[in-house]
Amino acid sequence: MYEELKDFGFTVITVALDRSAEDARPYIEKAKPQHPSLIDSEHRVAHLYGMINISTVVWIDEEGSIVRPNAIEYGSDIFKEFHGLESAPHLNALRAWVKEGKLTDGPERVRAKLMLPSADEQLARAEFALAWHLHQAGKTEAAERHFERAGELSPFDWTIRRGSMPIRGMNPMGPDFFEIYKEWEAAGKPTYLTRAVENQRT
Amino acid sequence: MRRGSFTILDNGAESQVDAVVRQDTVWLSFNALKTALGWERKPEGLCQGDMCIPLEDEQDLLSDDGVDLAGLAELLTRPLALDPEERVAYLGEAARDQSAQLMSLRAPDFSLPDLDGKLHSLSDQRGRKVLLVAYASW
Repeated sequence: MYEELKDFGFTVITVALDRSAEDARPYIEKAKPQHPSLIDSEHRVAHLYGMINISTVVWIDEEGSIVRPNAIEYGSDIFKEFHGLESAPHLNALRAWVKEGKLTDGPERVRAKLMLPSADEQLARAEFALAWHLHQAGKTEAAERHFERAGELSPFDWTIRRGSMPIRGMNPMGPDFFEIYKEWEAAGKPTYLTRAVENQRT
Repeated sequence: MRRGSFTILDNGAESQVDAVVRQDTVWLSFNALKTALGWERKPEGLCQGDMCIPLEDEQDLLSDDGVDLAGLAELLTRPLALDPEERVAYLGEAARDQSAQLMSLRAPDFSLPDLDGKLHSLSDQRGRKVLLVAYASW
């Protein structure tokens, strides 16, 4: 996709929400991307943009404005069976934007699709950031208290609950993951969009 | 009561200040508060830039050891993650401020390293359309 669109004033920036460059290295080296491929161990981008899952895409225009807010989209259909999302509609819309400047939503509709954070979700981000700081300082037990608390405060934030698993010595593909998945399923599989509609009603 | 060094992370910006921790409450001197968070004591109250909190109505916030950090965070509606034992606290972005930032539709700038440790910023790409993709190995 990058190759096809790069001559139209377009770039991709990927950000790996991984605990270290080493976790992301195999993915980046395999893809050999020509665009910036960055590592965000502190989840700074997740915090700044209010991201709660991966893979999250945001479209940003030439002036630095968000023209399509946080949404879960995939670059291929490899895991389609699992999440039920097709990659083609997003990729086609992306082509139309980059090549022809076509956008389906103006600023007001973009705003209506924003998932605004609750006080608890912001506290969860602070707890995660504190936990990461403690972990970096080698205070594993203290870090664990705050990872746990962050997950309780924001149960459907996958960047916190699943993203903290490798740091905490848990298996992100194991039973702990399936437990969160079941909770998420029971809650009606909340997404950015359903949560946006919910929080703008209240 | 334990007096000594305390770490404050103000939206990630780290400072070491002197603080007293008493029964899980962290008391910061006015000097420490200025160093760590930029709030300054003035005749009008506690001020940061043009914004002031009058202290007359906030006596619970004060003791001989200074200002109650958690009380101040609550007053500012900023989230506070606190570990009194490890003497460290993280003060995050208020939900209200984060929402206002998102609603502005300005893409927040960031600088992050690539695999070789070289820093890249979103603002380097001004003038181009950007597809920002957050993913992970987990």
